[in-house]
Amino acid sequence: MVLDKLLEQHEAAIVGLWVDHVINTYAPDSAHFYKTQKDQFANPVGITFSESLGNLFKALRTGGDRDELSKHLDPVLRIRAIQSFTPAEALAFIIDLKPILRSQFKDALKEKRLSRELVRFEDQIDAMLLIAFDVYSACREKLFELKVSTEREKIYKAFLRAGLIADIKAEEPGNDALH
Amino acid sequence: MSDLPKPDDLLNFSHRPPKTEWMDTPAEIKKGFACYAGNPKSLEAVGLPNPRTWSCFDEDWQLPENWQEIIYEGFKERLDKFRSFKVFMDICVRCGACSDKCHYFIGTGDPKNMPVLRAELLRSVYRNDFTKAGKLLGRIAGARPMTLDVLREWWAYFFQCTECRRCSLFCPYGIDTAEITMMGRELLNLLGLNIDWIATPVANCYRTGNHLGIQPHAFKDMIDFFVDDIEEITGVQVEPQFQKKGADILFITPSGDVFADPGTYTCMGYLMLFHFLKEKYGLDVTWSTYASEGGNFGFFTSHEMMKRLNAKMYLEAKRLGVKWILGGECGHMWRVINQYMDTMNGPADFLDVPVNPITGTRFENAASTKMVHITEFTADLIHHGKLDLDPSRNENKVLTFHDSCNPSRGMGLFEEPRYVIQNVANNFYDMPASTIREQTFCCGSGAGLNAGEDMELRMAGGLPRANAVKHVHDKHGVNMLATICAIDRAVLPDLMNYWVPDVEVTGVHELVANALIMPGEQERETDLRGEPLLGTEDADE
Repeated sequence: MVLDKLLEQHEAAIVGLWVDHVINTYAPDSAHFYKTQKDQFANPVGITFSESLGNLFKALRTGGDRDELSKHLDPVLRIRAIQSFTPAEALAFIIDLKPILRSQFKDALKEKRLSRELVRFEDQIDAMLLIAFDVYSACREKLFELKVSTEREKIYKAFLRAGLIADIKAEEPGNDALH
Repeated sequence: MSDLPKPDDLLNFSHRPPKTEWMDTPAEIKKGFACYAGNPKSLEAVGLPNPRTWSCFDEDWQLPENWQEIIYEGFKERLDKFRSFKVFMDICVRCGACSDKCHYFIGTGDPKNMPVLRAELLRSVYRNDFTKAGKLLGRIAGARPMTLDVLREWWAYFFQCTECRRCSLFCPYGIDTAEITMMGRELLNLLGLNIDWIATPVANCYRTGNHLGIQPHAFKDMIDFFVDDIEEITGVQVEPQFQKKGADILFITPSGDVFADPGTYTCMGYLMLFHFLKEKYGLDVTWSTYASEGGNFGFFTSHEMMKRLNAKMYLEAKRLGVKWILGGECGHMWRVINQYMDTMNGPADFLDVPVNPITGTRFENAASTKMVHITEFTADLIHHGKLDLDPSRNENKVLTFHDSCNPSRGMGLFEEPRYVIQNVANNFYDMPASTIREQTFCCGSGAGLNAGEDMELRMAGGLPRANAVKHVHDKHGVNMLATICAIDRAVLPDLMNYWVPDVEVTGVHELVANALIMPGEQERETDLRGEPLLGTEDADE
């Protein structure tokens, strides 16, 4: 496959452009920081993006399965899910890989065979978008679960303070049915 | 049909943010990042201005008609009263050393969370109203008038700061950005702009003595539950004392320890330690159901409110006639005590300079405040060999320690908690140096932002901390995050749940109590949480 070789040869350049693309969804000053600070503890967002997108692209071009793609999508989407993006904005970077590839291989794409291979690869990107949707939704669900449990806790405590909750002891007669 | 967008239109949106100047980019108050407004009843209870039902998402904030005048006068009064505030307004050269040090900036990617820019929100108005250059040159001199948009921006960003002071550490001029946020919040409070997660605990604390509004009998009931649990696990019945006049020491801890897991296990730890010390050395410690709160959400409201709530601890110490005060594992209580108490309500001349009656150690650092941190006290006991400890009972835990912002940056408490942990447990690994001690990353939920509705903000702010925990989790198998702050114990479980789900959260004195060999205790099979001790899991099978 011609495309496989090209993707491997141009991997660093493609991933670089992809990471830049994601980072440029932030305000210019923030994007500059995410791009230039190389300490993983001072800049967990930028470093996670560059590492995870590198792993993700490699998994994609080598035919990684759903689990592998999910594993590399998770760190990026876990961050995007708690920043102030709409779901579309948070996930758009996945399909934005397509124009990056097209511009990278602009000249080579004049060859029909490569063009056909790229269309098939783009199908894989579409599939990855669906997987990303699952991962993103799971992150949002976790967030809502945390919100719900906080609210539930508040109500429980209010009831407890008001003396409306009695502790049911397992050893008390008649409580066997609870177990 | 003709109104429907074409497929190309649907995809035609830009992910790139606007490149407008910050003054021209109005603040957006976003769900998930903003907290609910203060309950008017809570504002009324402590006499805060403009109590009403409102929401920050409303168009109309129901402000007093002369709100601009109130802000101007409030600003002026504070500039005159606090020399530090005036200096902080004047001396920043915008070098940017602080800009990338804020956990909210790192996590949200919002440039207005850069500490320098957050401070500029106030400085721009200061320049406009109080400096010649600003009055003459306006925007060229970085000045802008106070408008509703500016007010909304203040609200959005002064409630996106946990006053953790990490940025201040890197400021070459020593500007305390937390104090700028404190002033910003004070000014907002003059218009009745505050959040319920602060206003209601303040009102509760003022009326019943603690944030949760636990009345004395309920407070004692909760402690009695712990006494039962301790007896079940150790076979020893501990007997805490309440408002005992003439006791040696008054113990004050955050009410979160009494009511919220996993702080409750830390509370059991205090009870067991005091029982041990009473049995072995006759230590006379009393709790108080009136001074039943170490925390001080007045600190997040105004200097007057901070003073008012801090006073009750000392008044109770005076009423009971104790020698000195021992403080529990709390965060911001210690910043209030260490940095502000002395000039607000101190010096507490009616108390003694704290001396540990068991070891004879005189706590010179607390000579004026008369209040000792419990990890200093316990570290001193361990150093003198006064505790009987079996660290193997914490063998099921691989620990790391989160330095809470206030005890670390507000009072320099770095070694004592680590010394205690390493004497009561065998598996301890520190997080990377740039994320601990004075450089510690905030939990992302302090200064009253530990609500539920701002969960996105909390997760984003806590990301740098969680990232460092994940590092030691992956590298050393860390499964327990120890901390000495009640807010940390309340919020870090959520943070871990989202970012590093295999890590739980504990207080240091929960670990102490697990290891502490109590006189007359039965053989322990579980730790305080009911988890089997390592080596005893098979015993029942």
